[in-house]
Amino acid sequence: MTTHPTPALISRYASGGAVVDDTTIWAVEAHLETCAACRAVLADAVDPGTQNLLDRVADGIASGIAAGPAPVRRHRLRRTGVAARVLPWLVTATGLMLAAALFEWTFDSLPSLVLLVAPVAPLLPVAAVWSRRVDPAWELTATMPRTGLPLLMRRTLGVLSAVMPVLAVAGWVTGHSPGLWLLPVLGFTAGTLALGTVVGVDRAALALALTWCAGVVAPSLADGRLPAILTGNSLPGWALTTVALTAVVLMQARRRPHLLNTTSSQGRMERS
Amino acid sequence: MMRTVSVAETAPSTYPWAVHTEKLQVRAGRHLAVNELDLRLGTGVHGLLGPNGAGKTTLMRALATVLKPAGGRLTLLGGEVTGNADLRQVRRGLGYLPQHFGFYPRFTVREFVEYIAWLKEMPKAAIPGAVQRAVERVGLTDRADSRMKTLSGGMLRRAGIAQAIVNDPAVLLLDEPTVGLDPEQRLDFRELLREIGLDSCILVSTHLVEDVAVACSDVVLISEGRLVWQGTTGQLTEQGGAGDAGDSATERGYSSLLRAYRGRVSA
Repeated sequence: MTTHPTPALISRYASGGAVVDDTTIWAVEAHLETCAACRAVLADAVDPGTQNLLDRVADGIASGIAAGPAPVRRHRLRRTGVAARVLPWLVTATGLMLAAALFEWTFDSLPSLVLLVAPVAPLLPVAAVWSRRVDPAWELTATMPRTGLPLLMRRTLGVLSAVMPVLAVAGWVTGHSPGLWLLPVLGFTAGTLALGTVVGVDRAALALALTWCAGVVAPSLADGRLPAILTGNSLPGWALTTVALTAVVLMQARRRPHLLNTTSSQGRMERS
Repeated sequence: MMRTVSVAETAPSTYPWAVHTEKLQVRAGRHLAVNELDLRLGTGVHGLLGPNGAGKTTLMRALATVLKPAGGRLTLLGGEVTGNADLRQVRRGLGYLPQHFGFYPRFTVREFVEYIAWLKEMPKAAIPGAVQRAVERVGLTDRADSRMKTLSGGMLRRAGIAQAIVNDPAVLLLDEPTVGLDPEQRLDFRELLREIGLDSCILVSTHLVEDVAVACSDVVLISEGRLVWQGTTGQLTEQGGAGDAGDSATERGYSSLLRAYRGRVSA
């Protein structure tokens, strides 16, 4: 349908007389929308009065655009929603790590606090990004199509990318192998998400942190040496656990993306 | 440039009711706040009336998919919400204004509505236009770039309505939307409701009977978690007699229906 209307037809169309039937008008109109050459022909075909009017309108619009407000600038960073609310928790986690590094640096006799604390440090902010206590708009968030494991994982990645540099500095200052803090951190985060699909993320984080403190941190502080699971030999074990837990989370995310309805576990009802 | 209408938009709906509940039970804490409720809502503006503690907010939360039903069936836009169903598709068609509208104080109105539009999985290219339109429809254009914490109560409520309508929802749930609006804004709001109600299903929870009388086409009256009465606004006004409490025909109808229901229950 690339036949152009004849100039005569266009001028009849422009004059708006009753000489052209509706069907032809529609066909010409549809063609004009896509053909700049024929629009130029049309512009020449209209009478001077209309021409004048069109020019004035075009001028008015152009000056209006020039004088009007500029397009609103997009603030990409703020789109992350709860980021500002989670900041205190991030600062707490950072402070915890720095304190641990400082302690380790000052007291040589103690087992490495950095390694002991590192696995549970990111759990605080991870729990915070998915908690209705921290998110003022939780009730709205809970009704959103995007809410679910994918969004939670997105926020968790955000937390990890903020906490990791601190851990890296603490690990580097105290001279530990990166694997010894990196793998436990990833393992515990994946474990929180995996357990979180069952009992809720904040409860999962709390349970894992308490278990770790009671089962590993307290005994090793009492003994005065690092437990076996924080030595080089346990690295393959950590790696396997991390991979397995991440696989569980990813599978859950694919199968049941809406498993997590913000903070409280499935089916548990709102108290207020 | 004209917007292309997609096939999905012109397709006929495959469900008879936008909101359909059968023997729906929802818990608020331990208490069964919605008990065996049967409800069918189609296109139009429906007013949800009931005394305090009737289960209005709990019902709204269940319809908004915040709460999981404890029993019965809930079907929204033809999609089953009960069980472990994938709610994504249903939720894209929902708009919800909670009773306690939580917001991020440092966000501007535009940023907040944009963020909600993003959470509602709207196409990226459609978001700026839809946000502007929503903000204009609630009359907040001149405050669109003010931070939320600087807004008055009525403006916050309107910002809440803007985020609810930004995706042109097929089911719009508004819990106490007129709280804090001044009389003029209330008129504008009713106008907006009538406009949106032409092609979507709106459920407005309120205890202001006069709001229902003017803005709503249908009335749903619940008490103690059960459906007491459902009908048009006109039918509600016919229910009341001269002896019933209330200043307007609608109020008299409301109190007459409630009194009759209480009589039935206690008998």
